[in-house]
Amino acid sequence: MSAFNAIGEQREIDRDEFTPGVEPQPTWCPGCGDFGVLKALKQALPEVGKTPEEVLTVTGIGCSGKLNSYLDTYGFHTIHGRSLPVARAAKLANPELEVIAAGGDGDGYGIGGNHWIHTARENHDMTYIVFNNEIFGLTKGQTSPTSPKGHKSKTQPSGSAKTPLRPLSMSLNAGASYVARTAAVNPNQAKEIIKEAIEHDGFAHIDFLTQCPTWNKDARQYVPYIDVQESDDYDFDVTDRREAAEMMRETEDVLNEGTVLTGRYYVDEDRPSYSQEKKAVGEMPDDPLAERYFDDDAEWERSYDLLERHT
Amino acid sequence: MSDDELIWRIAGGSGDGIDSTSQNFAKALMRSGLNVFTHRHYPSRIRGGHTYVEIRAAEHEVQSRGDGYNFLLALGDSFARNPQEEAYYGNEEIKPLSENLDDLREGGVIVYDEGLLDEEEVAELELEKRAEENGWHVYPVDLRGLAKEHGREVMRNTAGVGITAALLEMDLEHIEDLMEDAMSGDVLEANLEILDEANEMVGEEIEREHDLRIPTGEHETEQALLSGSNAIAYGAIDAGCRFIAGYPMTPWTDVFTILSQNFPDMGGVSEQVEDEIAAAALAVGASHAGVKAMSGSSGGGFALMSEPLGLAEMTETPLVLVESMRAGPSTGMPTKPEQADLEFVLYTSQGDSQRVVFAPGNIEEAYEQTRLAFEIAWDYQIPAIIIYDQKLSGENANVDVEFFDREPTPDLGSTLTEEELREAAHDNSGKFKRFNYEDAEDGVAPRSLPGQKGGRYLATGNEHSPVGHIEEDPDNRTFQMDRRLEKLESIREELDERESTQTYFGDEDAEYGIVTWGSSQGAVEEAVARLNEQGHSVKGLSVSDMLPFPETEVTEFLESVDEAMVVEMNATAQFRGHIQRELGRFGDKLTSLLKYNGNPFEPAEVVEGYEINLADEEREPSAQVRIEPAAGD
Repeated sequence: MSAFNAIGEQREIDRDEFTPGVEPQPTWCPGCGDFGVLKALKQALPEVGKTPEEVLTVTGIGCSGKLNSYLDTYGFHTIHGRSLPVARAAKLANPELEVIAAGGDGDGYGIGGNHWIHTARENHDMTYIVFNNEIFGLTKGQTSPTSPKGHKSKTQPSGSAKTPLRPLSMSLNAGASYVARTAAVNPNQAKEIIKEAIEHDGFAHIDFLTQCPTWNKDARQYVPYIDVQESDDYDFDVTDRREAAEMMRETEDVLNEGTVLTGRYYVDEDRPSYSQEKKAVGEMPDDPLAERYFDDDAEWERSYDLLERHT
Repeated sequence: MSDDELIWRIAGGSGDGIDSTSQNFAKALMRSGLNVFTHRHYPSRIRGGHTYVEIRAAEHEVQSRGDGYNFLLALGDSFARNPQEEAYYGNEEIKPLSENLDDLREGGVIVYDEGLLDEEEVAELELEKRAEENGWHVYPVDLRGLAKEHGREVMRNTAGVGITAALLEMDLEHIEDLMEDAMSGDVLEANLEILDEANEMVGEEIEREHDLRIPTGEHETEQALLSGSNAIAYGAIDAGCRFIAGYPMTPWTDVFTILSQNFPDMGGVSEQVEDEIAAAALAVGASHAGVKAMSGSSGGGFALMSEPLGLAEMTETPLVLVESMRAGPSTGMPTKPEQADLEFVLYTSQGDSQRVVFAPGNIEEAYEQTRLAFEIAWDYQIPAIIIYDQKLSGENANVDVEFFDREPTPDLGSTLTEEELREAAHDNSGKFKRFNYEDAEDGVAPRSLPGQKGGRYLATGNEHSPVGHIEEDPDNRTFQMDRRLEKLESIREELDERESTQTYFGDEDAEYGIVTWGSSQGAVEEAVARLNEQGHSVKGLSVSDMLPFPETEVTEFLESVDEAMVVEMNATAQFRGHIQRELGRFGDKLTSLLKYNGNPFEPAEVVEGYEINLADEEREPSAQVRIEPAAGD
């Protein structure tokens, strides 16, 4: 008997179920790339058989953080940069939940960068979508960790002196077992990548290029884009770490020159997820911890039984 | 100060095994029927440096480290820097002897390791002269030689314990039993030989010249020796907590370690993470998903928890944090106690944030208030913080084993089951009104958990509507704020109806009051008892509920006395300020006795503070304490 009967429920799922009655229309600017993420998620979730109440969407702060206002699942809109620690603990507490974390490039690669590195390192079984628009949008256009060198903004009026962060390479080196880049303007690829990420057993990181038509006109719409899997110009093995690293580096280099490369970059199906590793060393129970609190027959250990060592 | 007690100080360097030796010796004293209380003084380094542990043992109740001490076992610091050179920090090797002489009581006993300590260095201390002046009895013994003869040099601890036992005419039975539990094979054999031989030296090579003997006592029930950190961890276990996330920091690490070691056998999960922001955020995430979870740190790490704490308050996610204070500001003195994070813990986090804060005064209270913190946090969906310090964290005392014989309480408080969710209020689109202010009782709106059927909602740190969506409507804002604030009032009402968590002591009709909080409680309680014995009209109150503040109780206490002195281990009288802010009065009645030199209060210092205050004397206290006069309202 489970206390969480939304989980694993087998039934027909309509994508409209993911549109909340409260806020069916997002407040994002017309032409915003964030619509692309929302749409791709609404399509992907029913296709992988997930119902709204078995999904926990954990977001950070920024335009991207409002994702779960417009996606009707269980949601936790946390604080700036902290979606990942909240998300991974929820997954440890109840591993049966489908956990999706999301945030922007400032949120995930800037203020939350430490959490991103360690969540990837530990390979938690979750999907992490970074809405990468190379700008701080909601605070009105400041330079972000992925803004191109020379990018002018209110806070770097003479142009940024910093080279942008390399999200794909960083994630690979940190330990993510699935790394992809997609773009809002490529909805079919986005949907397929999200489905793969959800079904992947480990930390799946999607760097999702989401154009900001208001504050980052330089990036245009990320068109034309090239799917590295479909193009004849690129040939590499996504399961080969060395080849993946090279392809990622090239992809990051050419983005600011106007060439938008997207696709799957690294897939490691063999690396055990964090909860598998933790169970293997005996530091995590086999059954979901959250279930235990509803089990009337559960026997709870007492400190009284530990006192022998103190007498 | 009484002669019917032993206060044994074992001094050496970090890494000399002072901790384990003293732990076993304390346990042996407890098993022999005595009440024990330990005090730990150590530097922030892995090897070397002056460190000691004091064990106070008596037939009567012991609630503090006591005043001074009467038996020194100076092992010498075997990990000292440049032991043969005169560096700018002096010869560290001899510090376990030289640094400890000031606190030794008249007539006290000194045993030092003449096998390690240089004869000339000892001569420079003018030990003989000082011994004569103070009536000390000095026994130089070659502990190192004795240890090396039968085993390894590090076993000079055991030699020291053997000499101690013989000099005090203490039976070796319990010490031997404990050694047999902890060791085996050659190591055990060598240690037992060293113990015996050291013991036999007294009477043969060493002639006993002093009067101090081991006190005798008897416990009516079985006793357990444990620390405040043990008690907090055990309280959490019995409250059904099975998730902890943390990052190492002294002294909080003790609680984190104890739970990390026990959770695997209890189906629990412990996570050591990248920083304290993550640690508290993980506890929030686990709690959100339905597990009783906690985190904690010391001041510097707690600073990083400020934002997840605020998130827990706004999203009404139950959470327990512990804050183990050490001397600040900034890195301060990492291994020294202080009670200077009170205001920080009360007020950290932006906005009109609300939390519950308990400050346990001793080991039993640490256990009970941790359980209470979990109960309140999960019933009222509010963060509850246990604030304690390095002193309570590391000190050990004996507690009746039966004290812990209680039922666990793993229930999730105001959390709904799927069945209950079916009856609960939803909006037209089927979203659960998780933050419903219309049906809230005591300000509490029951919650659902992710994965439950019919319970989906949005949790957000933004102001939100009943189903959790971001909402800035003025009416909704006011309703939600008022509902959240009502919880703290409801908690106060509930606490007032239950058995008080405040501790009262001394003569009930007294005209003079001494008020304290947290780990200073024991020393104040002993001071008040001593003053009462001397015929002074004094009573004491130790407050545990920092928030919500026990307004009625503290008001009644302060109204009943002419004057009161607030005793706390900080320099800015934070608790006195808290009382005045909460009650808005009594500014003329309250003076302060403050100590912030890195050492906890001794009862005699409190007694002296009272005497100076009462007599309105101009003189300075003899110890490193400060009297802060009343400032008015």
